[in-house]
Amino acid sequence: MNVLAIFKKELRSYFASPIAYVVLTIFALLSGYFFYSLLTFFSLSSLQASFNPAFAQGLNASEWIVRPLLRNIAVTMLLLMPAATMRLFSEEKKSGTIELLFTYPIRDWELLLGKFLAALALYALMLGISLLDLVMLRFFARLEWGPILSGYLGLLLLGMAFLGLGVLASSLTENQIVASVGAFGVLLLLWVIGWSTDAAGPTLGPILSHLSIINHYDSFAKGTIESKDVIFYLDFTLLCLFLTLRSLESKRWRG
Amino acid sequence: MIEAEKLTKYFQKVAAIEDVSFTVEKGEIVGFLGPNGAGKTTTMRILTGFLPPSSGTARVAGYDILTDSLQVRRRIGYLPENVPLYTDMKVADYLEFVAEVKGLERRHRRARIGEIMEKCRIVEVRRMLIGALSRGYRQRVGIAQALLNDPEVLILDEPTVGLDPKQIIEIRQLIKDLSGKSTIILSTHILPEASMVCQRVIIIHDGHIIAVDTPENLTARLQSSAKLLITVDGPADQVEAALTQLSGVLRAEAKDEAPHGAVSFVVESERSRDLRREVSRAVVERGWGLLELRPADMTLEEIFIRLVTDEEQEVRG
Repeated sequence: MNVLAIFKKELRSYFASPIAYVVLTIFALLSGYFFYSLLTFFSLSSLQASFNPAFAQGLNASEWIVRPLLRNIAVTMLLLMPAATMRLFSEEKKSGTIELLFTYPIRDWELLLGKFLAALALYALMLGISLLDLVMLRFFARLEWGPILSGYLGLLLLGMAFLGLGVLASSLTENQIVASVGAFGVLLLLWVIGWSTDAAGPTLGPILSHLSIINHYDSFAKGTIESKDVIFYLDFTLLCLFLTLRSLESKRWRG
Repeated sequence: MIEAEKLTKYFQKVAAIEDVSFTVEKGEIVGFLGPNGAGKTTTMRILTGFLPPSSGTARVAGYDILTDSLQVRRRIGYLPENVPLYTDMKVADYLEFVAEVKGLERRHRRARIGEIMEKCRIVEVRRMLIGALSRGYRQRVGIAQALLNDPEVLILDEPTVGLDPKQIIEIRQLIKDLSGKSTIILSTHILPEASMVCQRVIIIHDGHIIAVDTPENLTARLQSSAKLLITVDGPADQVEAALTQLSGVLRAEAKDEAPHGAVSFVVESERSRDLRREVSRAVVERGWGLLELRPADMTLEEIFIRLVTDEEQEVRG
């Protein structure tokens, strides 16, 4: 019940401030542009393939458009997710509203869950916008829906991990810029940490590869749902939320 | 209804409050009176569960604030000092949200919100954004959210600060109307406000409770005398004689702790009179050295003076 109340308040607050509109608009622009450029490249390649039957073998819309599109969306989220989460706790601290919130009969986890779900709803809305592109594409090309669905599931899980870290950053500071830049920095680091896998040697290499937040996405993109990747994202999210709870408690205890 | 037991709170190494103990009976209106920075807000934040005490504990509405925080929070209404509200929400939406998290049943919510808005006279601004409201309206929205759950204990931190005189009177009346139903604890740094609204006053200074009494008794104590501390380079007995002879001086009491070769006295005078000019002239005219002349350490009376002058300054300002 309280979770729902917090959820509604946060969602309303997203749309009362420019944040939701800015994030959604920028996302729609970027994903629309990605889609457009991938589509034109694909149709150009299709034209060439009509003269070269061998080339046409490897040409299909799912691999040439959908997979890179979803991957580009994931990159966009690196920037947009911290923007969506930065205010969740920072603003309450800065404006002092947290004092009233903490004296209402709300449990910390209810507060956290309500806020997290509100951010997740905003994210789901963004994914929904990008799905429109694919629905449109369906009329012109044959799509394999299996990899698309698993790709979206992967995006959803990846986004949850991003949001979890963003919420944690927001609970640690009363400055929204610090929360946003901090979350972005850590996410980017976790993204690129897999790049040095080959150079890192046989012991460290697999560890870095496992830590890389995007490596776990690959299986979803290929159309397979691997439990170890699902568990990685869920674990990561839960760890972030758990740490956020501790941070909220410590705020209370430190004064 | 409220039993505070040796509440102590340290921020880093500085004690904001130390060994604060008091009780408030059911239905009472108690004023927390003290200058700014005395520890009023800290005490209230502890009672509401926002801050934990460093040591000590309190029971509010029968529940321990440390072990049963949630139960306590269900039974209180709290108005923080700066009235932090969501500026991007409309008044009615905000109250709806508060009613929901305070656990009001859905079917009673609407009626209760309407009733409270009427009582706090914010019906006309219900569709406005809180951020667009004047200080007075914001304060009333703050009081409305505190009252929504019909709290057993109402904790109001400086409910009238920053309001104009007409609004102050309205808010005080609103608080008085609640007396008997709710137990109310409110803080103020203005003495007349405390005596106007409260049945009992707790005076807190530098984190310690220095007096608990009815406003009438406190005012009676106040009308006795004022004290000056004076240190003179001169013969003790002659200085004492000279001081006692001054008109308006009730008594001059020698103090032990004087610098070498000098004597110190605490001079008591009638409250209404400031004798510093007469005392210094008396000393200097006789050719003694006047080393020090200042009001004696902050006693209850001194704090009262400060509280009273605060009010005068605010009225003039």
